[in-house]
Amino acid sequence: MAGVGDAHGNVFRALADPTRRAILDELQDRSGQTLFELCARLVTRHGVGSSRQAVSQHLEVLEAAGLVHSRREGRYKFHDLDTTPLRTITDRWPPPPATPEEEPPCGSA
Amino acid sequence: MRIGLTSIFVDDQEKALRFYTDVLGFLPKNDVPLGEHRWLTVVSPEAPDGVEIVLEPAGHPAVGPFREALVADGIPFNAFTVDDVHAEADRLRALGVRFTQEPLTMGPVTTAVLDDTCGNLIQLMQVSAG
Repeated sequence: MAGVGDAHGNVFRALADPTRRAILDELQDRSGQTLFELCARLVTRHGVGSSRQAVSQHLEVLEAAGLVHSRREGRYKFHDLDTTPLRTITDRWPPPPATPEEEPPCGSA
Repeated sequence: MRIGLTSIFVDDQEKALRFYTDVLGFLPKNDVPLGEHRWLTVVSPEAPDGVEIVLEPAGHPAVGPFREALVADGIPFNAFTVDDVHAEADRLRALGVRFTQEPLTMGPVTTAVLDDTCGNLIQLMQVSAG
């Protein structure tokens, strides 16, 4: 069953859900968030009214895919974004190099 | 019927009194010896006859697990209203206060979350007019 590169199935599965993509958007905005902050951002910025338990489960899926790491700092638990697993996508299907006329979207400029 | 008191569980009443007055800027209101603890309340200088916060000893065995679970998930159980969350956060950070959520604006509301050093997370909240 491992014939067609399913080793990275966790990443694709994690990205398939719009709430999980919204979580990544918010962690991109600011890494190192508590569950409370993430829930507040999801409901106010994305209209996602999921329960904390549901968001917690989404975070577990993202952690299993390596896209989110949680760390305990004293009594608090923070969640950090790690986009490294996304390389498995571009390594497998590399995008064409950006031409000078065609600035990459969301460029640093 | 009016709302007169609300409680915050604190690990250490004396330490809590110092934090809530010296750092946050509230005023002591009631301080009545009560066995090994005190009936200890503070009020806002902006509303000295308003709602009092009781700094309640956290000794009951249920309090520990309850607060640990809230704090781990970053959940503030109490919130204070301020005019400017960013300015207040700057002021408190300079006094060594730890924030688990830096100021965040969500539509008309800006919030931040701080550690009260007595076992609780507290939310600062600002609602913009219009």
